[in-house]
Amino acid sequence: MERLLFREKRTFKHGIHPRDYKHFTRDLPIERMPFVREYVLPLSQHAGAPSRPVVKRGERVFRGQLIAEPAAFVSAALHAPVTGVVAAVEPREHPAGKMVDAIVIQRDPHSPQTLFNEHPIDWSALTPSELLEIIRLGGFVGLGGAAFPTHVKYAIPEGKYARFFFVNAAECEPFLTTDYRIMLERYPHIFSGIRVILKILGSEKAYIGVEDNKQEAIALLRETMPSDLPCEVVPLKTKYPQGAEKMLIEAVLHREVPSGRLPIDVEVVVNNVGTVAAIGELFAYNQPLIERVVTITGPGIHRPANLLVPIGTRLSDVIAHCGGMKDNVRQVLFGGPMMGMPQRSLDVPIMKGTSGVLFLTDGEVVPRREYPCIHCMKCVDACPMYLNPSLLGMLARVRRYEDMLEHYIMDCIECGSCSYVCPSNIPLVQRFRVAKALLREKMARERAVQG
Amino acid sequence: MDIVTAIGFIAVLSVFLAVALAIANSKLKVQEDPRIGRVEEMLPGANCGACGLPGCRAFAENVVAGKILPGQCPVGGPETARMVAEYLGVDAGQTVKKVARLLCAGNREVAPQIAEYDGYPSCRAAAAVTGGFKGCVYGCLGLGDCVASCTFDAMFMAPNGLPMIDVEKCTGCGDCVRACPKGIIELYPISQHLIVQCKSLLAGDDALAVCEVACTGCGICAADAPEGLITMQHHLPIVHQDRLSLETELATLRCPTGAITWVEGQQFPELFYPLKTAKQKAKASRVV
Repeated sequence: MERLLFREKRTFKHGIHPRDYKHFTRDLPIERMPFVREYVLPLSQHAGAPSRPVVKRGERVFRGQLIAEPAAFVSAALHAPVTGVVAAVEPREHPAGKMVDAIVIQRDPHSPQTLFNEHPIDWSALTPSELLEIIRLGGFVGLGGAAFPTHVKYAIPEGKYARFFFVNAAECEPFLTTDYRIMLERYPHIFSGIRVILKILGSEKAYIGVEDNKQEAIALLRETMPSDLPCEVVPLKTKYPQGAEKMLIEAVLHREVPSGRLPIDVEVVVNNVGTVAAIGELFAYNQPLIERVVTITGPGIHRPANLLVPIGTRLSDVIAHCGGMKDNVRQVLFGGPMMGMPQRSLDVPIMKGTSGVLFLTDGEVVPRREYPCIHCMKCVDACPMYLNPSLLGMLARVRRYEDMLEHYIMDCIECGSCSYVCPSNIPLVQRFRVAKALLREKMARERAVQG
Repeated sequence: MDIVTAIGFIAVLSVFLAVALAIANSKLKVQEDPRIGRVEEMLPGANCGACGLPGCRAFAENVVAGKILPGQCPVGGPETARMVAEYLGVDAGQTVKKVARLLCAGNREVAPQIAEYDGYPSCRAAAAVTGGFKGCVYGCLGLGDCVASCTFDAMFMAPNGLPMIDVEKCTGCGDCVRACPKGIIELYPISQHLIVQCKSLLAGDDALAVCEVACTGCGICAADAPEGLITMQHHLPIVHQDRLSLETELATLRCPTGAITWVEGQQFPELFYPLKTAKQKAKASRVV
């Protein structure tokens, strides 16, 4: 049975097969970025309410010290990435294109950058709720890109049970190699992280889902897996968007998350492998989330790298460290090419959810003319959520947003597969994002009127 | 012979159905206040939803039921409100005419772009991509979502990249306010003359670096205005609408960038009127 499953290669239906372009950085070991002069930490780096600062201008902070506390249940704490002085708390440019209040820390060049109160935490003596509180105060969010606060995921609602814990190491976005390098270099932390999370959730089993273009990582994880850990490494077919949590669950368990529901409704909690490794490090060193691995890649950068970057490092500092940009750079993206966010300024900081920085040149960024939909249905065959992007696109073009609701627009995961395959170059995902934003606003207005 | 049977059958059937309909009409008649229909006729009939109700019919029902006042239809204006109020014999309610105002003067020349955008031409889409292509993240993107949302033909895009709002046609329905992703269109009473044409929360040189006509938050206008008319908040002057009787042009005279302006009726009049005339001429020549 096991061999049979292995041969058929677990995956989901539909999806696309872009070239993976991981050769830029896949063989480069993780490299620590040297400390720079100034760090910018936006108070809103995660999904949910912005954090509330607990330090003032001029205050001295130590590396790993709490500088902003979670302001609500769905919110996250923030810690100083370096020892230094708080230079300001003021609006600064945010990668999402807003001005957001940020804590600016100037590094003290004369102090050692040791961790504030470093010691291993003996997690086996603590109860699940105590462990959850440690994670909450550690400022943990999903490191895959959406930056959803981790402690909220672990707070299982009454009457539900997380039977399975999934470690998402698919890394289906082209170019990115962050998760791959973490698996090769930090696997002990992944395993200790899984142990802690299994204790919090009380799950029966953990799965690590890895795409089969990372054979070295699959082999290494299987070899080094502690025999007493109820965990299985699942090789997945290399296909985009295999790393979307709903696709991952479908591939491994053959369970479909119902429309408008969460993975917990099919007894699953999913975490990115980087988050799990960071939780392992938290209990090993008492190190909150103050740095992360970022893939600096693309044809537009002189020296691609897998960098361990303190959170809050400005993009311009990262570029300087990587030998500068080439002259013909046209687009700089936070994240991968499929779902990444183009940046308008090089002053923005690396955030908790920044998995990679991609530099594209004239050769890749070609403006394309949009043609009418020819109903070829390529997008229907590509959509992993079984939606009809062709129809939705036509409705969005004439602004019939409410009719789109009947065609399940809110289930769209914005993976970009439809735009990728469209021969008419219709910017489908962009239209869907506009539609979803307007519909969400409208629903909020209606709720406000009723309430 | 067959045809006679058929005709006879249809005739009997039609008589039977007519009787059934006549009975149903008298037994199942819906009693409705005839005034609702009359009030609905008086309303503008745009079904724009600006009153917060789904269409003019619903507004008429609520007015007749006494739940809201006629003046709450912002589109009809005082004239309609007075007519409806007289017909129903109720108080017209508040009828301050409100119009949409553009709170950004950062056109292409004074507020430069810092990035290129070649995606879907909609402000909402451009704003979702990292806030848009303009140096100022608060400013107008100029892709015309507001113009597309206007059902009264009261808006058009000027060649300098800013939407023009025709105060004569604007009914204050608020569709453009909701369409703008940057929140730089707001409804103001038409009698308000002092308008701060900037929403930038940046102060001083930071604001000027991205736009020549930005408000720098210097506070001179607040100092020059009568006590309590203007207060500064987040590096922006706030004109208090409950003290509009104190308004004076003095407040705008010493503004270093011209961000606070004295508006009589039309915003950007020197740009607006030539454009409107040109548009009307073009339209007239098309008709011929």
